[in-house]
Amino acid sequence: MPRAVITSLKEAVAENVRDGDSLSLEGFTHLIPYAAGHEIIRQGRRDLTLIRMTPDIIFDQMIGMGCARKLVFSWGGNPGVGSLHRMRDAIERDWPQPLEIEEHSHGAMANAYEAGAAGLPCAVFRGYIGNDLPKVNDRIRSVECPFTGEKLAAIPAMRPDVAVIHAQKADRRGNVLLEGIIGVQKEAVLAASRSIVTVEEIVDDLGGGPNAVILPSWTISAIAAVPNGAFPSYAHGYYPRDNSFYKAWDPIARDRETFRAWMDSHVMQRKTGEGVQ
Amino acid sequence: MSDRTYTADEMMTVAASRALRNGQVCFVGIGQPSAAANLARQTHAPDVVLIYESGTLETRPDVLPLSIGDGELAETALTNVSVPEMFRYWLQGGRIDVGFLGAAQVDRYGNINTTVIGGTYLKPKTRLPGAGGAPEIATSARETFILLRQSPRAFVEKLDFITSLGHGSGGNSRAEAGAKTLGPTRLISDLCQMAPHPETKELTVTTIHPGVTRDQIIAATGWAIRFADSVTETPVPELSELAVLREIHARTARAHAGQA
Repeated sequence: MPRAVITSLKEAVAENVRDGDSLSLEGFTHLIPYAAGHEIIRQGRRDLTLIRMTPDIIFDQMIGMGCARKLVFSWGGNPGVGSLHRMRDAIERDWPQPLEIEEHSHGAMANAYEAGAAGLPCAVFRGYIGNDLPKVNDRIRSVECPFTGEKLAAIPAMRPDVAVIHAQKADRRGNVLLEGIIGVQKEAVLAASRSIVTVEEIVDDLGGGPNAVILPSWTISAIAAVPNGAFPSYAHGYYPRDNSFYKAWDPIARDRETFRAWMDSHVMQRKTGEGVQ
Repeated sequence: MSDRTYTADEMMTVAASRALRNGQVCFVGIGQPSAAANLARQTHAPDVVLIYESGTLETRPDVLPLSIGDGELAETALTNVSVPEMFRYWLQGGRIDVGFLGAAQVDRYGNINTTVIGGTYLKPKTRLPGAGGAPEIATSARETFILLRQSPRAFVEKLDFITSLGHGSGGNSRAEAGAKTLGPTRLISDLCQMAPHPETKELTVTTIHPGVTRDQIIAATGWAIRFADSVTETPVPELSELAVLREIHARTARAHAGQA
């Protein structure tokens, strides 16, 4: 397998993300790949199927800027604050364009990523019991255990075209270290055809212990060093989650014009990797 | 000693915290459940084990997290596991005693809606955040507690969408749907506490918070609420409980304001 290319974020996105791709940007509250998402917006990618367990503000921004045709998710809010107003505007009023949704539970998506990483066609788990989600999502089905007869939920394995994640460190050979809340990032990268990893820094020695969560260089397509690349989310050991930004986002995102003006000055007019601070 | 100057929210949080027993393993939802679970840990239940779906196992935060995966949770946890491991081994594997859930809407059988209100599923009047971990918490945790402020908009006759199973349509319907766990055993609101009737499984008022009337509860409920044969008054919050809760909130406010 070829090793990861260490390159610029601009090149990494240009090389690996195409219009119409299914794109998984993971990071469970922690290590959300904001800088990479902003670069995808700046490069004007369209018709994407955006996949994230918790869409968070980054998907609010990508949806509001017209990147997405479809959203696959399991919890779409601004954590502890309220709604994602751009996501709601797209679902409720088709702005800036209609947004198809495929909705799951966290348990289901976590299982589907794991099945994707494991090379299985589907995930089997005990879930979706007695609720209405299977009525609105025909990819939620069931199988019978051949040994016990128990009815279990099944959904297709997650196999995105591209996985995009942020991590603390890469070494010069392109091996990547993740620490803290590790979410589903390892599974997302292993399940995807291509992957982009942004990191806080590139170092000589990762310094992880023998059980550290490491993605080997040959599982990754491209790596770019982007300090603060997860802001306003956080990078354990580098900077905290900016909870005040999450609160400040609410009034910005409520109004279409305010949102577009904010995106123009904080994302579109900025250089790659410059961040929104 | 007690203090009559507490708020309705404080009464709700204190009552909810008392429902957790020392040593239980609790899967904690964000918001009010998180405040109640951490109050329990810092008062009568120092060995309660708190688990958040972000993978933080046995976490002991000083400050309440705004999100389910704040750094505070990871830093104070015994260990942090991946999200697939959290849902497969720890929740589905049967390691959780109590699932502590909030909701947007609840019905008389403790079914929960956090998906859509009004309109249709594809074009709802109000799009809510969705399921998160709740559907599997509701069926894999040994029992669940629901924590929710009471109003006719939240306590409804019929849910527009069932996101997480409670007692289904009552009676044995939960077990018939395939759930092997107890489901909601308690609902704590800012007015009262409810428990499912042993046979019908309809949520019934069991204790009323001090100063609250039956008429207030009836007016705040979208179905014809029933009261248990013997309804008692919820014990008032102790001064010590209020002091700890207020200190938790003050520390949290300082911590969140300190980030620019």
